[in-house]
Amino acid sequence: MTRLTYREAVRGALRQILASDPRAFLLGEDVGKYGGAYAVSKGLLAELGPAKVRDTPLCESTFVGAGIGAAIGGARPIVEVMTVNFSLLALDQIVNNAATLRHMSGGQVAVPLVVRMATGAGRQLAAQHSHSLENWYAHVPGVKVVAPATPQDARDLLLAAYADPNPVFVFEHVLSYPLEGEVDETSGAAPLGRAIVRRAGTQLTIVAWGGSLPKALAAAEALAAEGVDAAVIDLRTLRPLDLEAIGASVRATRRLLVVDEGWKTGSLAGEIVAQVVETVFFDLDAPPARVCSREVPIPYAAHLEAAALPSVERIVAAGRGVVRG
Amino acid sequence: MTAPTAPDLGLFQVLRDDGSTDPATDPFLPQDTLLRMYRELRRVRLLEVRMVALQRQGRVGFYGTCTGQEATPIGVGFAADPGDWVFPALRESAIMLVRGFPLDRYIAQVFGNELDVLKGRQMPSHMSARQVNQVSWSSCIGPQIPQAVGAAWAAKMRRRSMVAIGFMGDGATSQPDFHNAMNFAGVFKVPCVLVCQNNHWSISVPTSRQTSSATLAIKARAYGLPGVRVDGNDLLAVYRATADAAARARDGGGPTFLECVTYRIGAHSTSDDPTRYRSEAEVEEWKKRDPLDRFRRYLVHQGLVDDAHDAQLDAEIGDEISAAIAAVEGRANPPRDSIFDDVYARPPWHLEEQRRELLAGPPAPSHG
Ligand SMILES: Cc1ncc(C[n+]2csc(CCOP(=O)(O)OP(=O)(O)O)c2C)c(N)n1
Repeated sequence: MTRLTYREAVRGALRQILASDPRAFLLGEDVGKYGGAYAVSKGLLAELGPAKVRDTPLCESTFVGAGIGAAIGGARPIVEVMTVNFSLLALDQIVNNAATLRHMSGGQVAVPLVVRMATGAGRQLAAQHSHSLENWYAHVPGVKVVAPATPQDARDLLLAAYADPNPVFVFEHVLSYPLEGEVDETSGAAPLGRAIVRRAGTQLTIVAWGGSLPKALAAAEALAAEGVDAAVIDLRTLRPLDLEAIGASVRATRRLLVVDEGWKTGSLAGEIVAQVVETVFFDLDAPPARVCSREVPIPYAAHLEAAALPSVERIVAAGRGVVRG
Repeated sequence: MTAPTAPDLGLFQVLRDDGSTDPATDPFLPQDTLLRMYRELRRVRLLEVRMVALQRQGRVGFYGTCTGQEATPIGVGFAADPGDWVFPALRESAIMLVRGFPLDRYIAQVFGNELDVLKGRQMPSHMSARQVNQVSWSSCIGPQIPQAVGAAWAAKMRRRSMVAIGFMGDGATSQPDFHNAMNFAGVFKVPCVLVCQNNHWSISVPTSRQTSSATLAIKARAYGLPGVRVDGNDLLAVYRATADAAARARDGGGPTFLECVTYRIGAHSTSDDPTRYRSEAEVEEWKKRDPLDRFRRYLVHQGLVDDAHDAQLDAEIGDEISAAIAAVEGRANPPRDSIFDDVYARPPWHLEEQRRELLAGPPAPSHG
């Protein structure tokens, strides 16, 4: 085990993939000398050379599209998009193309593509840098979506994304990059589509992922001090959902709270609640609850940004509400 | 005699190194205009030093400077009519100061407090104000270019004599929005001036890795509009090229694309360290072509400024900036629930519900 930041763990997985697979290369804006918008690929150009780490002209639709083409052409591209906000410029390539090619070619064409991007708020960068749109991607058949929350998962889920024959989108929360944790650098890929119980508990199931996991865990501690014993499930994969793990926990605790940095209306949290209600309705003792971002463009000023986002305090209050009524 | 170079391959200049001007291109501006331009150059330069210092001290969140590139926004700002619209990118926020927007309000936006007309919602260096017809940049590279074309199109449809000016960096010329905006501008022959500040870098990517075209200006040929490669560190050249393009647009002559060749002397933004990807020697080389020094040389040559003048001017500007910061810093923040205002013209029920929930709920922590 080595103590690594989330950022270093992603970099370690990238290094391992790029160094071991001759077909693999990293592409995107400023991934070379600059080391990526969030310094994830820092040093990889010097270590692995320009054939492995390629800066492209400034064009999301084209470097994602070229990534799709390269994957069809037998290479194994890993695309870095600076943030999910800028990935909107590549949505046609992603939704109409990467996601559909296998199906619409009658299974003849595979797009084994990995696209990594930062998501989320908390750095005072205002709306166009701060949105959490991973649920849009999780809506689309044909792609898989992961949102690692811990340094170990940052490594293991990237390895899993790379090993998968489908297009996989990896969401890295901007506040996760400096998180530290013990990482087994010899680990293999984590299974896609599997959630994990991060904290056992008997009275409430809190489901969270990515940047919301640390808040959910802190809220569970605070709730414990009030005598509420909450379990915390880290979703890890947003598509396909691990309904089995969520259902099993909810059957035991009989209560559900979902934390989602996306906007409430049309959120992934809404989907999780719906699936739980459809499948374990009669095991519920209370209406499920959600803590999401307020439905506004995420503002710049620190106190306004904080007011817009899920906070530990809001999760605690919502958890208390679900358990105590 | 050498053959004249095409405008999109050459370099349009007014200022000469010896402090004189080229009579063929000199716009022959009155002295008081020259002195006002000079004051704006020095003001923007000093303002940005102060804004970056505030960011370093943690008093504001972000700042993206235009140091070394001031001649382009200032030259364009002076050439524009008050009724013209500006769609800036990252390095042209200060154009609004040239067009009469109050400095304290500009600085309030950097703090994002109650005096900020954007109500704390937008990042610094993305400033906008209806008062001076300046529209906010969206952080994304490119979208403002078709928007400028659309605004110009509306002016044409409504028979208004307004020109829309759209800015971008060299990196933006790789985006579909750039190419499509140029195409639309040409097809609809709209009154706009599209200005690319080629500052040689798009964060860490040099312009040579952005395109293999000989120049950026030459790209205009493909869309059937005139392209002019302008010395972007020559304030009078930028002024003249913009004024000519705007006059043509106002006369129904359609759009123009200007490539203003300049250099980003500073970091990309307050979150960048440029030594990672470019040489100090290159920066030093460009510092010799500093737009402020070049314009000053001309004014000295004209006997309009000297060291004593500058010392007094800088002291005056320094006081103006300090007074504006003092008037603004420490003002109250916009109330937390103001985030629900202006999402729509009138908040729908679910936002009112979220407002009540916010006000009833625990106070939000600030970020640690
Ligand atoms: C669509 C999009 N992709 C990436 C970015 C990140 N980014 C911000 S500024 C920048 C470089 C812009 O370069 P250029 O257009 O030359 O303008 P400059 O900053 O040099 O003035 C990049 C890549 C972004 N803001 N938007």
